Amino acid sequence: MRNINSRSFQTVVLAFIIIGVIVLALAGYLSPFTRLVVNPFVAAQTWLSVRFQTLQSYMNAPQDTVRLRQKNLELEAEVSQLQSEIIDLKQQLSETRILSALVDFARVNPDNRYVAAAVIGRDPSPFIKYVVINRGSDDGLRRGMPVVTQQGLVGRVAAVTSGAGRVELITNPASSVNVRLEPSAAQAVLNGSLTGDLALGMIPQTTSVKTGDLVLTSGLGGNYPPNILIGQIISVRSQETDLFQQAAVQPVVDFNQLQIVLIITNFRPVDIGPLIPTPNAP
Amino acid sequence: MRVLIAIPILSILLVIQSAILSRIPLLNGTSDLVLLAVIAWALQKRVQTAWYWGIIGGLLVGYVSALPLGVPLVGYLLAVGLALILRQRVWQVPILAMFVATFFGTILYHLISLVALRVIGVPMPIIETLNLITLPSVLLNLLLAIPFYFLLGDLAKLLYPEELET
Repeated sequence: MRNINSRSFQTVVLAFIIIGVIVLALAGYLSPFTRLVVNPFVAAQTWLSVRFQTLQSYMNAPQDTVRLRQKNLELEAEVSQLQSEIIDLKQQLSETRILSALVDFARVNPDNRYVAAAVIGRDPSPFIKYVVINRGSDDGLRRGMPVVTQQGLVGRVAAVTSGAGRVELITNPASSVNVRLEPSAAQAVLNGSLTGDLALGMIPQTTSVKTGDLVLTSGLGGNYPPNILIGQIISVRSQETDLFQQAAVQPVVDFNQLQIVLIITNFRPVDIGPLIPTPNAP
Repeated sequence: MRVLIAIPILSILLVIQSAILSRIPLLNGTSDLVLLAVIAWALQKRVQTAWYWGIIGGLLVGYVSALPLGVPLVGYLLAVGLALILRQRVWQVPILAMFVATFFGTILYHLISLVALRVIGVPMPIIETLNLITLPSVLLNLLLAIPFYFLLGDLAKLLYPEELET
């Protein structure tokens, strides 16, 4: 009987304590205590949660990487294709500009008939300056026809096949062109060289030649039509002991960047060989 | 019939040389792919068609170039001859033979070109030619010598497979 009463008393006391604690907690009186007890748990859970999320993200990451890499490859392929299109368009634009300039040049010189040709190669030998063009005898090209660009003289056709031609540049060491200087109207001879530089010789000592004078074809010798621009004098060498003055010429044509040229098809060179006197001639 | 493979190979090399490499000079010198191919072919073991390659290469270059036809022909044949001599003498070190043949082959070919051009009246100053054309060309050819040797070596193995001893 005593035991029963004792248990009932303990239960009641326990109930009162629990109710009291709940009431105190609800009233906010236990906050400092709760903070003290709960915070370590929160920190621990946070730590655990972050690690788990990291682990989860690591476990899921390969799938995302594969997808991203695939997407990246697709985008890179697209960029490459667009860059290729840009290069094509730039090339077309460049060719259009060149052709437009050539058409303007042909309009300015309506007496001549032209055939346009693309430069497709250079002579395999480094000793000589020739270029290969994609027009030949089927297009009306013949040996000796002058070749120009919108800027000036390039050279002349040296050999042709049915579909291609070989052009001797005026910078070739074996090339020599009869020229006229402006404004002095003096006659001279322009020679190519091993390095591709142009040298002017046979300028009479009595002629006044200055830097900046223009060099044009004279038409003498019958190899080139007259008045085609070649370049400008950049330096003059004159010594009293020499028979002739010499000069260096800066060509107007950039021979390293030749892409499209015009061949003057209605000009036929004149062979003056038989008219040159030989020592054994009567 | 195996010699006919020389025509497409040397033609392709000539096209590459004319269209691309001639536009990329070092000073005024350029590499000569046909010469390199001819020399590399002549240095391969078991190859018996080196002279034909020299003739075909010489004729192709002579056709495309404005040089007198005989110049590339004679130049390439002399280079083949030099390579064959080196193949017999320094057969244990083919890479060295390739370098030596490229060096002297290029100089020999340029010398013939120079003499021929001077004979026909083209003004060619010797020192300037050596400095601006020949030495840069030798350097470019030496740079390409090893890749060419191995490429032509693979081709030679394909066309002339090694016989297995039983």
